[in-house]
Amino acid sequence: MADIKDLKYTAEHEWVLVEGSVATVGITAYAAEKLGDIVFVDLPKAGSTVAEGKVVGEIESTKSVGELFAPVNGTVVEANDAVSASPELVNSDPFGAGWLIKVEFTELPELLSFSEYSALTGD
Amino acid sequence: MSDRFQERHIGTDSDAQAFMLAAVGYDSLEALVEAAVPESILHAPRPSDAGASSGTGAPGPIKPLPESSIPPAATERQALAELRALAGKNRVRHSMIGLGYYDTITPAVIKRNVLENPSWYTAYTPYQPEISQGRLEALINFQTMVADLTGLATANASMLDEGTAVVEGMLLARRASGSASNVFLVDADALPQTKALLQNRAAAVGITLYESPLDGDLPDAFGVFVQYPGASGRIWDPSTVIEAVKQSGGLAVVAADLLALTLVKSPGELGADVAVGTSQRFGVPMGFGGPHAGYMAVRAGLERQLPGRLVGVSQDAAGHPAYRLSLQAREQHIRREKATSNICTAQVLLAVMASMYAVYHGPGGLKWIAQRVNETARLFARRVGVEGHFFDTVVVPVPGRAAEIVAAAVARNINLHLVDSDSVSVSFDETSADGSLDADLDAIFGVDIAEWGPVEGQSWPDALRRESAYLSHPVFNTHRSETSMMRYLKYLADKDYALDRGMIPLGSCTMKLNSATEMESVSWPEFAGIHPFAPEADVTGYLELIEQLQGWLAEVTGYDSVSLQPNAGSQGELAGLLAIRGYHHANGDTQRTVCLIPSSAHGTNAASAVLAGMRVVVVATNELGNVDLDDLRAKVAEHAENLAALMITYPSTHGVYEHEVGAICEAVHDAGGQVYVDGANLNALLGYARFGDFGGDVSHLNLHKTFCIPHGGGGPGVGPVAAKAHLAPYLPGHPMAQRALHEGAPVSAAPYGSPSILPISWAYVRMMGADGLKAATGAAVLAANYVAVRLRDHFPVLYAGDNGLVAHECILDLRPLKEATGIDNNDVAKRLVDYGFHAPTMSFPVAGTLMVEPTESEDLAEIDRFIDAMIAIKDEADAVAAGTWPADDNPLIHAPHTAQSVIEGDWQHAYTREQAVYPLRSLIRGKYWPPVRRIDNAYGDRNLFCACPPVEAFAD
Repeated sequence: MADIKDLKYTAEHEWVLVEGSVATVGITAYAAEKLGDIVFVDLPKAGSTVAEGKVVGEIESTKSVGELFAPVNGTVVEANDAVSASPELVNSDPFGAGWLIKVEFTELPELLSFSEYSALTGD
Repeated sequence: MSDRFQERHIGTDSDAQAFMLAAVGYDSLEALVEAAVPESILHAPRPSDAGASSGTGAPGPIKPLPESSIPPAATERQALAELRALAGKNRVRHSMIGLGYYDTITPAVIKRNVLENPSWYTAYTPYQPEISQGRLEALINFQTMVADLTGLATANASMLDEGTAVVEGMLLARRASGSASNVFLVDADALPQTKALLQNRAAAVGITLYESPLDGDLPDAFGVFVQYPGASGRIWDPSTVIEAVKQSGGLAVVAADLLALTLVKSPGELGADVAVGTSQRFGVPMGFGGPHAGYMAVRAGLERQLPGRLVGVSQDAAGHPAYRLSLQAREQHIRREKATSNICTAQVLLAVMASMYAVYHGPGGLKWIAQRVNETARLFARRVGVEGHFFDTVVVPVPGRAAEIVAAAVARNINLHLVDSDSVSVSFDETSADGSLDADLDAIFGVDIAEWGPVEGQSWPDALRRESAYLSHPVFNTHRSETSMMRYLKYLADKDYALDRGMIPLGSCTMKLNSATEMESVSWPEFAGIHPFAPEADVTGYLELIEQLQGWLAEVTGYDSVSLQPNAGSQGELAGLLAIRGYHHANGDTQRTVCLIPSSAHGTNAASAVLAGMRVVVVATNELGNVDLDDLRAKVAEHAENLAALMITYPSTHGVYEHEVGAICEAVHDAGGQVYVDGANLNALLGYARFGDFGGDVSHLNLHKTFCIPHGGGGPGVGPVAAKAHLAPYLPGHPMAQRALHEGAPVSAAPYGSPSILPISWAYVRMMGADGLKAATGAAVLAANYVAVRLRDHFPVLYAGDNGLVAHECILDLRPLKEATGIDNNDVAKRLVDYGFHAPTMSFPVAGTLMVEPTESEDLAEIDRFIDAMIAIKDEADAVAAGTWPADDNPLIHAPHTAQSVIEGDWQHAYTREQAVYPLRSLIRGKYWPPVRRIDNAYGDRNLFCACPPVEAFAD
């Protein structure tokens, strides 16, 4: 797990870890906390094309159904099967084992820094 | 004392009201309501007022309704006599009309112990699962029954009727399919009412329907709808067309007859993704169209696409299996404009009846009934020389003589279906399966054959014979004797908390009395035994009752026209919005599609707007819970050209008489928009003010709230839609209506929705009279304000309107309590169970709160008992904060307590057993014991299981 200060963020409360041309995407601890007990995640299949800002999946808790937005244009190279089987991982380890998808991208859009995202959530 | 019904309906007598008024600080009910309701609403000019001008009303005494059509209050005895007279005008004939409605024999043990038992019919939707285990078990039996018979993985806890279930199937197919097509294929042999509904609903959301016999080449489509058996009775093998549609990425929706499915291959085995239909013929009377429980089942992988409510198995704090509503986060009230359906109310009471019919008869009994029906139909077919594959319906060619044959049947007290001038259809059911009508049918069709002997074999190809097992769970194979059945129903009812135990103070739900007299006529044969498409001459009593009730409802709401067709509030909303859409379209304003909805609105509003083809724009709510007038004006200006409507609830969802409602309506009207007033809270207005007078163009009402139809554990509902004259032409009518009361397209399968429960509301209005309805409003407002005043020192009351008063409900803010003690509204809700109460509404419309609506029917002692319980619970929470009890071991967070939890093993808690289960000494003499401890919501949603669990699951 990378230091959360080194991650990029979106206003949709997602974090992005950039390693080469692959972006690993998850939701932040703030988002997981707001959602409450997560019971189901619906993730795009490996190989599917995603577009920045578009809904690509769902994160369902006992309180609400949140949407997963693609932070970048690209192709899904892996979806986290462990999270599909045990959605509570998103609550217990949102920045680590609770990651959601890995996307291969060609161009990285403007994303928020840790401090910018922290300002957004009022932390 | 007198024989006035209102003294039985309203719980507080004049002494109690005087005491409560003193506590609230007013001299009279009239003075209280006048202080609570804004002047402009209370005295809004009525159309009949001479020189009335809009927006301003002169102060003065409240005027009686001009030339009221509501007669002076009748006594209970008089009302029943009048209902007898109306019922006597209906003519109960043997119905062989078919078309999705069949006569059935309601087992008397089910009629007496479910339909006529307040333990079942006065319960609320099982949102507090710990005190709803009985009906949740009954519903999971229903789901198991439907899933088994349809051969699919998961069924929901009922739909409103078959027609709307098909519509929901179409919408599900569209969102779940990978197809880019906009086309939905419709079986040409579908029920006519289903076709009419599909047309109306598809048009609103831009779906193209393609009707076809489903043979030969078909266009690309996102789904196909198959009627199985067909409306003509035919049984055929649709697996080829199903396969073809699925190959191109579409989904297959099959409407199937549950009784036929005991003999023919199930939709699941034929490849269907979705099965829909009705469970009416499982012991639920036809009732001139309803209410009945529709159903929907889906294959594995589509569970999260199911509309409506779904019961699942989870576990309680002790790890014991326990039932609860699953996937609630997907319900329309949470997902709002992102919801996939606006369905919320189901048909729980009827689903319970249908499931118990299967429990009582078992798989063998159901199959025996189905075989007898089929044999009788085949014997008849042979007598009239018709061949073919059919289950219960035979189309008889009678060239040029169809009308004559139908008339000859009527003369013999039988209703047939006239297909066209050259053919009639004859449908057999459980009541005609004994051959009792054979002689009459021979005479009608001129059959002159002495004896044909029994038929053998089956009337469809072997490939369609059902081989797979169904209903093998023990619950369907145990209760064969009436004694066992009676005790099973009692065992389940004893688990539940309904109005027959105590107050259910659910804000926004209006859990008032459903009186025995109001309920009396529901099961009379003259109301229960009528087919929805019976000839007009047979239903004149019903039509008279319907027209009277429509007139009364129009009068009390200030509208010109009412349609009783919608089967729930959500369907009333949809009908009202479709009327607005129809009006704009007729004016050439097809671009008017924006629907403004305040953020405080009930979530169903937004879901309905989307299904009416509208785009939702949210209007902000200010810190007082009212519509932010500046934001509203800005949004109106921004969308003026495209403004279709505003949806507003009055009094507001916060239980407040919003002061600015007149100005709000005016702003919308000025921009050419229509005002939809959600009538969910009409209970706080009736007799004092009318939606139509302060700016409403159209509204739905909830007869299951304000007008006493019982909640039935989560349905039936009736959601009439009422409108001003300019929208009236677009209110829902029906192509098969006996009397065309409206001309719009239908929103329900039956022309008048659920007529068999309309006598309940009719009796309520008839026995209260206009004065009684007004007195009930005053008593309801007084009760809510009394609760607010007495609890204000213990819990902040979140919103109030003029003079610091609330309307008919009040929101208690528990967030400060949580802040101070760690105890939240859920803990308080569950602890109320230990005190013998059903919790108020939780976290609606504001998270972290409880909304209390005592209604006019509760007496002062019960209201005080509730208040005292809330104060005692607050003291317990304070004790946690003070450290008397640890934050992780106190009677609140462990609530509710079962008997088992305090009896078994060593007691090792920081509080005593007595504190756990007898927090008040008065509970020792009479206590409601919850059957399970607090239920784990997350466990159930993570491990979705929505059928009867194996018996071993309950072993310790």
